[in-house]
Amino acid sequence: MERQATAAPAIELKGISKAFGPVQANKDISIRVMPGTIHGIIGENGAGKSTLMSILYGFYKADKGEIFISGKKTDIPDSQAAIAAGIGMVFQHFKLVENFTVLENIILGAEDGGLLKPSLSKARKSLLKLADDYGLRVDPDALIQDIGVGMQQRVEILKALYRQADILILDEPTGVLTPAEADQLFRILGRLKSEGKTIILITHKLREIMETTDTVSVMRRGEMTATVKTSETSPAQLAELMVGRKVLLRVDKDIAKPGEVILDIKGLRVVDDKGVERLRGIDLQVRAGEILGVAGVAGNGQSELLEVLGGYRIGTGSVRVNGQELDLTGKHSDGQSRRKHGIAHVPEDRQREGLIMDYHAWENTAFGYHKDPAYRSGILMNNAAIKADTVEKMERFDVRPPNPKLAAKSFSGGNQQKLVLAREIERNPDLLLIGQPTRGVDIGAIEFIHQQIVALRDQGKAILLVSVELEEILALSDRVAVMFDGQVMGTRDASATDEKELGLMMAGITEAQTPPMEA
Amino acid sequence: MDYLTLIQLLDSTVRLATPLLLACLAGLFSERAGIFDIGLDGKMLAAAFFSAAIAAITGNVWLGLLAGIAASLALSLLHGLASITFRGNQLISGVAINFLAAGLTVLIAQSWFQQGGRTPSLIGGARFNPITLPFADQIEPLPFIGPLYAELISGHSILVYMAFAAVPLTWWILYRTRFGLRLRAVGENPAAVDTAGVSVIGLRYSAVCICGVLCGVAGAYLSTALQAGFIKDMSAGRGYIALAALIFAKWRPWYALWATLLFGLFGALETRPDVIEALIGIKVQGQLLGALPYVMTVIILAGFVGKAIPPRAGGEPYVKER
Repeated sequence: MERQATAAPAIELKGISKAFGPVQANKDISIRVMPGTIHGIIGENGAGKSTLMSILYGFYKADKGEIFISGKKTDIPDSQAAIAAGIGMVFQHFKLVENFTVLENIILGAEDGGLLKPSLSKARKSLLKLADDYGLRVDPDALIQDIGVGMQQRVEILKALYRQADILILDEPTGVLTPAEADQLFRILGRLKSEGKTIILITHKLREIMETTDTVSVMRRGEMTATVKTSETSPAQLAELMVGRKVLLRVDKDIAKPGEVILDIKGLRVVDDKGVERLRGIDLQVRAGEILGVAGVAGNGQSELLEVLGGYRIGTGSVRVNGQELDLTGKHSDGQSRRKHGIAHVPEDRQREGLIMDYHAWENTAFGYHKDPAYRSGILMNNAAIKADTVEKMERFDVRPPNPKLAAKSFSGGNQQKLVLAREIERNPDLLLIGQPTRGVDIGAIEFIHQQIVALRDQGKAILLVSVELEEILALSDRVAVMFDGQVMGTRDASATDEKELGLMMAGITEAQTPPMEA
Repeated sequence: MDYLTLIQLLDSTVRLATPLLLACLAGLFSERAGIFDIGLDGKMLAAAFFSAAIAAITGNVWLGLLAGIAASLALSLLHGLASITFRGNQLISGVAINFLAAGLTVLIAQSWFQQGGRTPSLIGGARFNPITLPFADQIEPLPFIGPLYAELISGHSILVYMAFAAVPLTWWILYRTRFGLRLRAVGENPAAVDTAGVSVIGLRYSAVCICGVLCGVAGAYLSTALQAGFIKDMSAGRGYIALAALIFAKWRPWYALWATLLFGLFGALETRPDVIEALIGIKVQGQLLGALPYVMTVIILAGFVGKAIPPRAGGEPYVKER
């Protein structure tokens, strides 16, 4: 460790500033990362983490400031220069060509000469060596579209290593992984670190920072608020540094008092347009006054479940709400009829399914409820009434800025979500479907949204919560159902299970067979 | 139908398929790189005019070909400027090019030649004339092989042979070279190319330029080989049929050959209603055959005959995400 302290930092940024129009994304940021360490960067959405890393990877040019790589001042005008400086980046959304093989993806942009053959055979050899050195085994001839996300991420890491990267930046790497896959990733990162690579880990998950990093920097509103040794800090302190005030990391809630069954799903099946069966016979029940959390890695049928229940995907089987059978295929299979059954839906992808981004907040507030007599005068819409109602909703849900005339896209992720939530919850539904309630939402707003969901439960409503964030599922749910490959692997009481058990179920491991649900 | 009629039919299939094949490969390069090009027809038309005009003026068909390529290339760059640099809508840019070419060619033709929007008829060295392959005369008397070689394989203009040679060449470029790998990648996921440190814009412009050159050859073939001179709207929707063939071919070079030959055959049959009547015993309207490529494309698109998956990033201008 003595040697490291005297060596030049692998990366040193001095006074980096970057503005996008009037928005100051990065303000005078300085940071030193020593070689052979894992450095975490944590901050809320929009805190400027990604901008900073994009500057380091040559996507943007900083307005001010200098970059030093291993003590040498380096200009990084484009990605080519970043790669040449030994920087590799694993983006949150992988930059892979789906219908190319692993090998083709790895050589893309790093080919030797104009013909592919020599490049491919060279890459095949180095891939074998990298697999041995770091335990990163992949099938070089598999198509990207045929391998899982964990494997795809491995290809991204191999891409960087093939380009001889010494510095590896990972942006929110665990978002798409099962807990087991995430653990495996962190083992690989540990191995890379011990081989002398420097790693920057960008995340919003406090636990990952605490478990894997040596040092951590906290960003808030474009500024670096602190850089500390991970061993000398705590999650609570980091959260406070991120948000700028004390935050509750747990959700405060009483024990649920479940009433009668509101939602009763039996043998629900969905076949998508490609003929693939996405839901393979789902049985679920949600009672009044309880939150049923549906856990699972993204893409295991949770989205299809919400879509069928929300009325915009066709399914077969039986779904009863308040004892009434829902029409799953016919002309009453749409959002409007679902609302008549007392179902409200906060969809997973709020920017595509929950809002029209170019429309004003007040217009978005009326969507789906535009036939409400209060919103109408004769055959015309009563825009003044909608606007007034929107202002009230914005106040109650603390939407900032509280201006109903702003386009939906001008709000931050958290405030967009509050707009959708206000629209749906205020209709006093019997059943709330809510998908990824806090995806892309900052910690301060997460707290608020969680409180609203629990409050709704305490009013005796049934809530079906779908989230890929296991922590969120455990914090909010009274019971947890785990989905894998279109099936429910089992249902557990939230108080009687833990991440480890759920993680195994999310990976499709069935040894923990479900005890039959009490009748 | 006797053997000689069949050979004649196939011979005109080859001649009619050639411009479709060239335009189809042109579209293939462009669309594989993620730039949809509905302006193939306009580029062919412009090239047809300028090659005929320059060939008529200079008496040299090769200068005409160069002029045709230059004209098509200029329109390609316009399309590139609109859809790559300015990230405009690729369909609108393509449609604009088609209109531009349709109007401009006639206007200039009238101003240059005063022959009602035509060029003078091309003769001698101002046209691509049929090439007789070696030994054609010696082989011709042989049964079966003779007519096949002398009539079908020999006796086309150089551009026909170039078009057919372009198929394996395109395949080789796409699947065996670095450029091809990058080209395919940029049409599937430009972000992957960008983060790998390769210029998305550069790649897309090269693809659009190759498209321009091939369309230029296709257009020159129309006015200096298939016909002898330019007439108004002589591309006659071939650019659209080439696009249909491209979908039919699932954006693959060898499939493009078979698709354009098939569509060429429809074109050949259209001019020989007697053959169809002899074959199936009923009279079929020629226009019906002309519509067949489109009907078949609709069927393909509807997914009846396997799936045609276009390049994933096709039609989308590339914008770096934050």
